Amino acid sequence: MNWDVLLLPETLALYAEGLVTTLWLLAGSLFFGGALSLLLALALTSRVAALRWLAGAYTYCIRGTPLLIQIFLIYYGIAQLEWIQARWDAVWPWTMFKDAFFCALLALALNNAAYTAEMLAGAMRETAPGELEAAQAMGMSRWQIQRRIVLPSALRRTLPAYGNEVVMMLHSTSLASTVPALIDLTAAASRIYADFFLPFEAFLFAAAIYLCITFMLVGVFKALEWRFLGHLRPRSH
Amino acid sequence: MKLKLFALLLALVSSFAVTQNPAVSPSPPPPAAQPAQAQNWPVLRVAVDATYKPFTYKTPAGQLTGFDVHIAQALCNEMRRRCVFVEQVWDGMIPGLLARKYDVIISSMSITDERRRVVDFTDKYYSTPSGIVVRTGTPFTGPASLRGMRIGVLKGSTQERFAMSQLRPAGAIIVPYDAQNQVYLDIQAGRLDGTVADRVEVTAGFLNRPEGRAFGFVGPELRDRRYFGDGMGIALRKGRDELRTELNNAIRAIRANGTYDRIARLYFDFDIYGD
Amino acid sequence: MDGHVLSVLSGAQLTLTVSLASLGVAIALGLLGAAAKLSQRRPLVALAGAYTTLVRGVPELILLLLVYYGGTIGLIMLLERLGLEAEVNIDPFMAGVLTLGFIYGAFMTETFRGAMLAIPKGQTEAAWAFGMSPARTFFRITLPQMVRYALPGFTNNWLVLIKATALVSLIGLHDVTFHAMQAGAATREPFYFLLLAAAVFLAYTTVSLWALRALSRRYALGSTQVSL
Repeated sequence: MNWDVLLLPETLALYAEGLVTTLWLLAGSLFFGGALSLLLALALTSRVAALRWLAGAYTYCIRGTPLLIQIFLIYYGIAQLEWIQARWDAVWPWTMFKDAFFCALLALALNNAAYTAEMLAGAMRETAPGELEAAQAMGMSRWQIQRRIVLPSALRRTLPAYGNEVVMMLHSTSLASTVPALIDLTAAASRIYADFFLPFEAFLFAAAIYLCITFMLVGVFKALEWRFLGHLRPRSH
Repeated sequence: MKLKLFALLLALVSSFAVTQNPAVSPSPPPPAAQPAQAQNWPVLRVAVDATYKPFTYKTPAGQLTGFDVHIAQALCNEMRRRCVFVEQVWDGMIPGLLARKYDVIISSMSITDERRRVVDFTDKYYSTPSGIVVRTGTPFTGPASLRGMRIGVLKGSTQERFAMSQLRPAGAIIVPYDAQNQVYLDIQAGRLDGTVADRVEVTAGFLNRPEGRAFGFVGPELRDRRYFGDGMGIALRKGRDELRTELNNAIRAIRANGTYDRIARLYFDFDIYGD
Repeated sequence: MDGHVLSVLSGAQLTLTVSLASLGVAIALGLLGAAAKLSQRRPLVALAGAYTTLVRGVPELILLLLVYYGGTIGLIMLLERLGLEAEVNIDPFMAGVLTLGFIYGAFMTETFRGAMLAIPKGQTEAAWAFGMSPARTFFRITLPQMVRYALPGFTNNWLVLIKATALVSLIGLHDVTFHAMQAGAATREPFYFLLLAAAVFLAYTTVSLWALRALSRRYALGSTQVSL
């Protein structure tokens, strides 16, 4: 085992670049995916059947197909359409589709939105009926009920499952290595492996970094659960 | 509800498949036939990367064909061995050989000093130069003319090494891809401004196709030994000298008895062996 | 039909094979892992804990590349240390099935553990009181009841597993994704072929959901279910 290769400055610089890209992809997909998932969850639980159907179709398609195919579709598939090719040199927002990072981020965000929306919708449907009735009895409008009663408790209920989803999202960012010109942590490891023919060293190092980030994320969510779901903790007295 | 949605999607996708026009391409030569007694011969596992027209590629029906495949078959017949082809991504060619997934690589692999450090090569079985391909009409006086342009290359290829060493310091942006035909996809899409590739391969796989019409070679033929080595040879694991001798004898034999020329004429109208 | 479309559909068959083979490995590892975690023997619990932590912490793609590129070399080195000379070869199919089975074995461990814990303890105690051996208790009492509790988690894991098999295209296995990308790049029309591949996966997930829902209805017979 030749671990010295990993300590070369160029190697460490490549891994660092990969790590930074991975973290940006994670943060970006969680942010945009989270925002979109809120809207989708409201659509999934809305009274308008068309909205429910549309949101349901979206989550069905995204959750039923692999992320890898979604990434390829957004990077290679969309690039093939002449409609896009005619516009993406000059017209914003289509110019962004040329960029590899944007394509990967879009695919990850859309994927995250679908899964989080279903989780959130499920939690919203589990709101205690008594709370809803009380809110209606107090004369709150539908939007007020959502904002004050349903969403706060639903967000709390989703926390454990969402923590899981965030860890899954970190793993999903490794698929961004399939997009050319994007150097995330996995792509950095692949490059080191290809240059030096050292599979174990290259990939084990990347795996160790992912493990560290996962532990940190799990720690963060444990703290969040302690704070927001403290009422479910076993009582000490 | 889900069933109706799914049926609708399936109909939509099938309509795409039916309405697309399959590209009209000249029918490729059929792969060489294997003699009947081949069943009893010892197996030789040959690795190929089937995305490299006209050397190794697949017919629309999915059959492996190409100059390398034909030559490999001819060599096997000569050596009384049964060729079993294993498809491998280019980047994983040498690692796969070292990991004993196959016995030889017959897939247009250049004989370079760098590769000689980890594998052995037979004598060359053909030699073609590489070239830089960009939009026709781009003024070109040297690597500096490519400043700011995005050039796609195949990961792990001699062209990648050349581009990283010669073009990147001059300001070009080099983007490595897993397969050469994905480079052509992105050139067509406009994400890339050009590529560095084997001259014969890029002519057949890109320049002669409708999407490559506006592109052409710039600069000289690239033959620098430091990057491109001494022609294309068959790679095998170090220490297998008897196999190497067998292969070299077979190459000499098919060049002498006319099999090589017969196969070359199926694909090229010039001398592919080089000097 | 166009040869390329046919090749994509032939890849669909391989995808199914890889999924089912990985499922087999995952179920076996899941049962072993759950048993280890519930065995109350410290080293076994620690081992199973390390297993599930490792899988939760490392992306599938990294594990897959590690097993595929490093596995053969690793095995050869191991065998040479032990003094054996063998021609081993981990081909993409084996690498894919072993890795995916290993990964989803960890998820199944959690699912099966939760399911086993959900069975009232009195059932096991009654079985012992009757003199049933641990093996007989497992097959007659624990397993049939475990199925009902495990089905939701099992369904989820199976669906995620099918989609994860798309990753094997990255190590050169000719599954539906591989063929779709190759056909797309060769014809310069990746959009259509990728949509076709996506449709294949949608078909698999839809059929799986039906089948597993029917199964869970069958196993839920006799239990009272809350409805909103």
